[in-house]
Amino acid sequence: MLSRFMLSKYHWIAFETILVKEVRRYTRIWPQTLLPPAITMSLYFVIFGNLVGRRIGEMGGFNYMQFIVPGLIMMAVITNSYSNVVSSFFSTKFQRSIEELLVAPVPSWVILWGYVLGGVSRGLLVGLVVTLLSMFFTHLTIHNLFVMVAVVVMTAVLFSLGGFINALFARKFDDIAIVPTFILTPLTYLGGVFYSIDMLPDFWRAISMFNPILYMVNTFRYGILGVSDINVWAALAAIGGFIVVFAALALWLLERGRGIRS
Amino acid sequence: MKALSIRQLRKTYDNGFEALKGIDLDVEEGDFFAMLGPNGAGKSTTLGIVCSLVRKTSGSVEIFGQSIDQNFAKAKQMIGVVPQEFNFNQFEKVYDIVMTAAGYQGIRPADAKPVAERLLRDLGLWDKRDVQSRMLSGGMKRRLMIARALIHQPKLLILDEPTAGVDIELRRSMWQFMQEINRQGTTIILTTHYLEEAESLCRNIAIINHGEIIQNTSIKALLSQLDRETFIFDLARPIEQAPVIEGFDVHRTDATTLEIQVQKGQTLNRVFQVLEANGLEVVSMRNKANRLEELFVHLVAEPNDKPAQSDIPVTV
Repeated sequence: MLSRFMLSKYHWIAFETILVKEVRRYTRIWPQTLLPPAITMSLYFVIFGNLVGRRIGEMGGFNYMQFIVPGLIMMAVITNSYSNVVSSFFSTKFQRSIEELLVAPVPSWVILWGYVLGGVSRGLLVGLVVTLLSMFFTHLTIHNLFVMVAVVVMTAVLFSLGGFINALFARKFDDIAIVPTFILTPLTYLGGVFYSIDMLPDFWRAISMFNPILYMVNTFRYGILGVSDINVWAALAAIGGFIVVFAALALWLLERGRGIRS
Repeated sequence: MKALSIRQLRKTYDNGFEALKGIDLDVEEGDFFAMLGPNGAGKSTTLGIVCSLVRKTSGSVEIFGQSIDQNFAKAKQMIGVVPQEFNFNQFEKVYDIVMTAAGYQGIRPADAKPVAERLLRDLGLWDKRDVQSRMLSGGMKRRLMIARALIHQPKLLILDEPTAGVDIELRRSMWQFMQEINRQGTTIILTTHYLEEAESLCRNIAIINHGEIIQNTSIKALLSQLDRETFIFDLARPIEQAPVIEGFDVHRTDATTLEIQVQKGQTLNRVFQVLEANGLEVVSMRNKANRLEELFVHLVAEPNDKPAQSDIPVTV
């Protein structure tokens, strides 16, 4: 008879196995996963921050390079945490190695958090790489460490969950590219990474307030620079709320076997 | 104790196809059990439900008394599965695949390592442990799936066509391996299209067709249903005409081959007496078809495919 404690220990080993497998996967293919965001963000720093930024002048009381760095870090975290989970879990489905997990005594919540934490780890690792790179271009100070860490971790969790749900629904590789290309990228670019929404006309400013990524970018910027276009505490609460909803949805879909059980 | 107990198991897919129509099935602990059926009969659906890869519509499944609904974890800890299709990450190394499977079962790496090494050695894969699985031959991939399925030392091993596409030599070595595992106490359920495999390895059998179990008995009892067998005799020298053997149906298929039907209750002694009396020397003798195959073909035949009544070799 297995006690609850034993089961918990088993769950922990299974969770650790999924997480280690995920980390091993993206570090094994680092030229596809870790190098491209480093190169892309370096180009942003050189072109937008340095060359173009010098002509733009100050924004929100900081030079343009300082202003865009938090947004670019956040952009890297969002895209990498999402794409890690969506591509990894869909590949697992595609190669049918998901069956290894389904036939094992691994509960849905362990599967979900194993993959999500894998995505979070990649998002944060890439975020750290981009942060270190940015230090070659500008000087960063931390205004509020708690807000900075909380929002970057919560954002990585939220987009990892999003990637997981996308992977559950995806039937072909095209399906895992639709959301990042047509939804995430536009929302990120329009989410105040490169500008303050104070610069926008009232109508577009009002429209921007419906963009969830705006809140994440601004909250992270507040953590570093101390300036924000929005209320950071409300933003943190909203991100937390979305995490609960996305996690519940992902678990429900997993339990139902959506896309993985016939 | 029953290793597997299935009651009124039904499965209707989303497209309305009724794959299982309420089957009951028991497999005793320690058995080597064959599940046969034509493609699409429902055997993979049944095993898919047992392994949690397919959601059942209704009914119950118990593994060593543990319900897959109520005691999900305990039931799954007792099953090892070797699927028909390769289902591992093609880019992972052999050793990592086996160790990852151990982790999913909640086994610590320190505990899993000696078992993984023993299994990979037994299955001839130890030298390939650091090779990406996509680089393995088909036979090695099959053996890798067996090693992975056994890493947690399950009490019930499900083998879904484990020797499909494997050459004869390797198939026979896999049979020996499976028989040894079974001797050590692991209950095995096997699906296969090689009926010779089922006849050689298994003690009991279920034949499933159109989502229903049409036979569930011992192989011995099933084979006893055959009421005639056809033997092929290879002769040392050519003959012009088939000899007449009273009570036997004898055909000359070519100059040196005779085909003789033997009814249930008849012996071959009379045949050999007549052949010898006619100066015919027999070089070798064999069954025309595998006996189980003969029965199977009859049992799962569609009504329009069935031969005329007089040709049916069984009394079912």
